[in-house]
Amino acid sequence: MSDITDGIVQAVHLIVTMDPEVMQIAALSLYISLTATIIAALIAIPLGGFIHFKNFSGKGALVIVIQTLYSVPTVVVGLVIYLLISKSGPLGFLSLLFTPQGMILGQTVLIIPIMTGLVLSALAGIDKGISDTLVALGATGWQKIVEIVKEARFAILSAVVLGFGRAIAEVGVAMMIGGNIRGETRVLTTAITLETGMGNFGFSIALGIILLTVALFVVLALNLITYGLSRDTQRIAGGPSG
Amino acid sequence: MIRIDHLSMSFGGVGTLHDITLEIKKGEFFTFIGPSGSGKTTLIRLIDLLEFPASGTIIFDGQDTATNEAGRLAIRRRMGMVFQKPAVLNTTVANNVAFGLRFRGLDRSVILPKVKAALELVGLQGFEDRRAVTLSGGEMQRVAIARAMVTEPEVLLLDEPTANLDPVSLELIEDLVVRIRRTFHTTVVMSTHDMIQGQRLADRIGVIMGGRLVQTGTAGEIFYQPKGREIARFVGIDPVGGGTVRENQDGHALIQFGNVCFEAMTDLPVGRKAAVCIRPEEVTLSPATDLPIKSSIRNQVPGTITRMIPYGPFVRVMVDCGFSLTSLITRRSCTELGLAVGSQVIAGIKATAIHVMPDERQ
Repeated sequence: MSDITDGIVQAVHLIVTMDPEVMQIAALSLYISLTATIIAALIAIPLGGFIHFKNFSGKGALVIVIQTLYSVPTVVVGLVIYLLISKSGPLGFLSLLFTPQGMILGQTVLIIPIMTGLVLSALAGIDKGISDTLVALGATGWQKIVEIVKEARFAILSAVVLGFGRAIAEVGVAMMIGGNIRGETRVLTTAITLETGMGNFGFSIALGIILLTVALFVVLALNLITYGLSRDTQRIAGGPSG
Repeated sequence: MIRIDHLSMSFGGVGTLHDITLEIKKGEFFTFIGPSGSGKTTLIRLIDLLEFPASGTIIFDGQDTATNEAGRLAIRRRMGMVFQKPAVLNTTVANNVAFGLRFRGLDRSVILPKVKAALELVGLQGFEDRRAVTLSGGEMQRVAIARAMVTEPEVLLLDEPTANLDPVSLELIEDLVVRIRRTFHTTVVMSTHDMIQGQRLADRIGVIMGGRLVQTGTAGEIFYQPKGREIARFVGIDPVGGGTVRENQDGHALIQFGNVCFEAMTDLPVGRKAAVCIRPEEVTLSPATDLPIKSSIRNQVPGTITRMIPYGPFVRVMVDCGFSLTSLITRRSCTELGLAVGSQVIAGIKATAIHVMPDERQ
């Protein structure tokens, strides 16, 4: 029990004093996972849209594959990316192994399936009547897709938030691709693993609390952006204020 | 305005259409009536080019609609569509009404006054900033009409626009559609399963049953001269079949049902099997003790009341006269005549109130 209370005290201390090493680790975690989330979203939202709006054979099978990949262990993604970017791998020339860029690649690959799958659910959740209405109102194919994606914005936000959550919370990719190099690729989760292994439970708990704090701010920001976007579109399409 | 030629559509079940041929004139109010699942919705969706027909053509204002997507979009943009279940997007009422104009690339300064005018048209002025999803069903349907009308369509399509609404909202929507048509001379094509609504609003009615357009005509023609037993039943008449034409003098005929003879107007030749349609409200009832009645009514048929069904301020009285006859009389006259199940009555029907058609079952 004392470890936990120690941890909380230590976390407050580390945050209040802005401990440089902890701040550096937290910042790197945020940078890697947020970048991975943004890249994954830029791929998953159009990809989900494409799969949803296009009819092609094997669509059902593809969705099953995507949903199965929700369960892919982080270490398996880590292993595959490792083999791809290691010196002898096909992408070895990029020298991504043990770099933050490599970790971003790994986390992006890790969260694309779950984001795509949830974008698909978000779009499928939009009533067929909405789509018919838009077409009947004279929307082009592209205008229809844009409006339906906008209509699904809150569910798509959930997909992005969940993707970010999976990225910042994972250890496998960060450890295997990053290597937990102090000052270079050490992130919150790998640091927690290391400190726990060394018996520094209080410090580990402090890092855990910091991780959740970082997540809190990211989620708040994403929500604000989504609400902001919807207010914006309302203004654009004509409020009474002129 | 819209010419439909041998149009067919197949979904393998509900909503299938067979060989529909029809012309809807510019400025006309045309209504499709028919039971649920008869294909009305499919037909309206085909007209709005939301679906592709399996075969047949739709000509819109002289243009064949079987063209590329850009061509179909251009035609679709000359029409407005209101669906049975209004779907509003999760944004403000004003944004919902503005969609059609935005899709057509209009400038915001043009859109704003048009949206305002459209909301005034449907009586929702001041609703601009309300979230559309919080509106009642009737209000949503008015938003849907405003949204369709704001683009000034030449043709307004309405697919059972009042099917899910309460009577007050229904009346409001009906008045609105009538007003729209009077003001903008819009061609209106509506589907409904409510035949009385069709009669109230439409210039011409097309009856759709089982995916076929079985009769087209004015309300009077459909309600008093249905072309078949199924149509008769749908417009509220129980046709009486199994009769035979016994005499016919210049269209003034005697038709025999068992031991009862009806005088009626028909061109059917002597010997033909015939069915008759008698609108329940044309059948008068009087107690059997009053025999014989002096009246201009030529057909007097004795019978026994088998069932009485309350029908608003009316009562539907089923009378067994050797065949089943239905009479619609007011509750008050029912009480005054002391009618009850088992009462002996005389049913009276004017010769001109009987619509004769060939009995298809022979």
